[in-house]
Amino acid sequence: MDIKPEEMINIDNKPPQKSWMDVRPDLSKGRYCYPSQPKALEYLGMPNPREWSPADDDWKLPPNWQEIIHEGFKERLGKYRSLKVFMDTCVRCGACADKCHFFIGTGDPKNMPVLRAELLRSVYRNDFTTAGKILGKLAGARKLTKDVIKEWFSYFYQCTECRRCSVFCPYGIDTAEITMMARELLHLLGISIHWIMDPVSNCTRTGNHLGIQPQNFKEIIEFFCEDIEEITGVAIEPSFNRKGAEILFITPSGDAFADPGTYSFMGYLMLFEAIGLDYTLSTYASEGGNFGLFTSSDMMKKLNAKMYHEARRLGVKFIIGGECGHMWRVLHQYMDTMNGPADFLEVPKSPITGTVFENAKSTKMIHIAEFTADLIKHNKLKLDPSRNDHLKVTFHDSCNPSRAMGLLDEPRYVLQNVCNYFYEMPPNTIRENTFCCGSGSGLNTEEIMELRLRGGLPRANAVKHVHEKYGVNMLACVCAIDRAVLPPLMDYWVPGVGVTGLHELVGNALILDGEGERTMNLRMEDLPGAEGDDDDE
Amino acid sequence: MNVHYISALLAVVVLGFLAYLGTEVLGLQSLFGIFIPYLAVCVFIVGAIMKVMNWAKSPVPFRIPTTCGQGKSLDWIAQNKIDNPSSTVGVVVRMFFEVLLFRSLFRNTKAGIKEGKITYEWEIFLWVGALAFHYSFLTVLVRHMRFFLEPVPYCIKIVETLDGFFQVGLPGVLLSGVVLLAAVLFLLARRVVMPQISYISLMADYFPLFLIIGIAGTGLYMRYFARVDVVAIKELTMGLVTFKASVPAGVNSIVFVHLFFVSVLFAYFPFSKLMHAGGIFLSPTRNMASNNRMVRHVNPWNPELKFHTYAAYEDDFREKMIEAGLPVDKEA
Amino acid sequence: MTNDKPKIIAGLVIFVILVTCPMWINMGKNKPAPKLEMAAEAQAKGYCVLPKADMKEKHMQILDGWRNSVVRSGQRVYVNDQGKRFDMSLSNTCLECHTNKAEFCDKCHVYASVNPYCWDCHVNPKEK
Repeated sequence: MDIKPEEMINIDNKPPQKSWMDVRPDLSKGRYCYPSQPKALEYLGMPNPREWSPADDDWKLPPNWQEIIHEGFKERLGKYRSLKVFMDTCVRCGACADKCHFFIGTGDPKNMPVLRAELLRSVYRNDFTTAGKILGKLAGARKLTKDVIKEWFSYFYQCTECRRCSVFCPYGIDTAEITMMARELLHLLGISIHWIMDPVSNCTRTGNHLGIQPQNFKEIIEFFCEDIEEITGVAIEPSFNRKGAEILFITPSGDAFADPGTYSFMGYLMLFEAIGLDYTLSTYASEGGNFGLFTSSDMMKKLNAKMYHEARRLGVKFIIGGECGHMWRVLHQYMDTMNGPADFLEVPKSPITGTVFENAKSTKMIHIAEFTADLIKHNKLKLDPSRNDHLKVTFHDSCNPSRAMGLLDEPRYVLQNVCNYFYEMPPNTIRENTFCCGSGSGLNTEEIMELRLRGGLPRANAVKHVHEKYGVNMLACVCAIDRAVLPPLMDYWVPGVGVTGLHELVGNALILDGEGERTMNLRMEDLPGAEGDDDDE
Repeated sequence: MNVHYISALLAVVVLGFLAYLGTEVLGLQSLFGIFIPYLAVCVFIVGAIMKVMNWAKSPVPFRIPTTCGQGKSLDWIAQNKIDNPSSTVGVVVRMFFEVLLFRSLFRNTKAGIKEGKITYEWEIFLWVGALAFHYSFLTVLVRHMRFFLEPVPYCIKIVETLDGFFQVGLPGVLLSGVVLLAAVLFLLARRVVMPQISYISLMADYFPLFLIIGIAGTGLYMRYFARVDVVAIKELTMGLVTFKASVPAGVNSIVFVHLFFVSVLFAYFPFSKLMHAGGIFLSPTRNMASNNRMVRHVNPWNPELKFHTYAAYEDDFREKMIEAGLPVDKEA
Repeated sequence: MTNDKPKIIAGLVIFVILVTCPMWINMGKNKPAPKLEMAAEAQAKGYCVLPKADMKEKHMQILDGWRNSVVRSGQRVYVNDQGKRFDMSLSNTCLECHTNKAEFCDKCHVYASVNPYCWDCHVNPKEK
């Protein structure tokens, strides 16, 4: 990054003189995500596949693009009460303005959630309200032009659907909902980004984002097992696509192929081994993440359908889901509605503790943090938290588990049992007030790195606070996107802070039956104090 | 100063003059005193109902509460039953706080950058201003029932007595009217002075503020400065609510200006952002229980979609799967 | 989907009832404004402290002025435009002519829901 952190934080948030309607979006290189490839759209049967670039003047829209948007808008107003109510009730009080990480990090007024929504609302007024039709601009209405489409593309891909604004809105207006609608509308014109549509098409075919084929998926996991054996001396043999297993375990595929998520995957495997869980992994439903959430409700449903489909085929009793943010938004708030009822599954009951997960009695899928917290509470795990003593840990609440689920204390309980040094970031930046990593909702792509670093600034700044105050050197999280994007964010803003999944820490603290003395952690780094290294800190 | 601000102010001034000249010069007392108020109330009621029914017509396909606290989980984890409610009672309590106490606005913070660090301060003034505005307006409205009820119920008198608790001035100052004007001026000042808020403000944001300033201003003027014949005014208003409307002699034109402003506010309400009053009740991020994994929510338009089935997947990868020792449903 | 239409309609019914409550509380009954009734003594006198119109609008201010004058300065004499002198006294001057307090004062005050606190201290001589 050319800009130094101390320069980037000098943020000018003075709005321009001109009315926002007259300010055109900046679509220079580095300010936009690369568009999707025609072949991905063709494979998915989505409209208007073509070669184009957001930097081009001509976006090669279909000839009746205005009509498509108008009809698409109308259809969605009819399908979603949320959209209608959110279009009508905003009073522009501005409470949401400085709650958005992108506004804090860029100072761009169109990154205030209220104005982001006005980008859509202005067209809504023009097309669907009497006042807008008569009074026009005076009523905050404007005609749909190609520049408006470009503006939508720019700013609805500068929203990570984190819902922080909706916590503060006195009417509960949720910009995530508005962004989802806007992105659906853009999809109707063939406007989408590579980083979302490529995973979506991969996921459709191979079952996961990177397009890992079944045999490779198996190899990767087996490779983890080799590492685990090297570290602990215990051999683990997980099963794949096994019918009759009690539990199906699904985690984001990011955990399978990208560090440090891989260490969390090892943590899951070790945990299940330690308790002798009867579970299986699926190569078909090998993706917990669902970039359909960032595409359209139809796409979300199609990708999510695989989970129940596979659970039914394998005849498992219930499903455990790994650590992932947006995955859990889908699982908690959409899955049962879209692809349920899951009457072929049983209400999740921990085979180890006997705990019945009443909170998942309909969806029949539980979060690994819920499962592990219950194990720890019932003393079913042998843990040596001192193995994590070289870490001073803080916890980043992911947007979706916090604001679309309320999974806050489970991961904290687990953390406090697997490490001895845990420090909270300031209250305005955690739990329901948590700040996004800056790269959620499919924006974790390289070409917009500066925007991502800006969007991640509030999170990084809070980490910096505990880094300086308590010497925090490890940021724990329960989200695969976090694990992918927080490392570069930390390197830029708070060098010296690493990123870990919750179950990596669990794996490190966990004492497996028959294991030898650990000299390395799951990253194969030497453990301080091990192997005669006696200098106690 | 911008076009939104000026045009809203101008619109309210013109409306005021219309009513003043209409009654003072043209003698259109019946128009401004009877016809327009009736029309405004009808538009208000019918318009608001139609707006809400229009919202209600669209289904709520997904259960999407914004959870602002620990969800229902394991028995030993304390749930935040209000900010993350899983029961109807919890939702009712959450909505109660939201509607009557502006719970979400109470959370408001102000972000700033100081010495290379981002800071967050609790920012309570918007909440205080909003609460002061809405409750003083409500009190004023309730007090005005003395013009619409005969005999005046004791509870209305109590409200007025409490409102005039300080017994200052003559006639005794009623706190609500003064607070209303102060609060609405504060809300206006925010919009004018704060650059970001000014940037997002539309004419539709200024217009109701100026209108309410007009209403409160004429009201305070009549009570404390102009001497108006209250008995005649009540004769007019009682005529309206008993459907025996007539305009008695001795009603000052300023009364008609006041009444006209109120009529405009009523008629404007259903077509404007003022419908947030109804919208909050229908906001799916607030009025739904976060019991998603416990109770299935049904989407009435849930589409049947073809997804990539396991069979299709296996067809695609069967040989490789067999080679890798993965179980398959159909042997090659 | 839980059908929430009944709840919404119930809410709208409450809304309409609240907005229209003055109409149905009054039940459409005509409740005319009270007519001012002058006592015989007042009619016989033929004049008041100020002309009728002024008295209607400003009696409150005048009485307030009288109270302050009497209580704070001990000055009890009021001279009007015609040079007539009056004793600044609600009970003795005003009520001497306006002997019908219930008809003359209370009726309008009650109708307009105005609660002057004159009678917290003063007494109506007729009620002694």
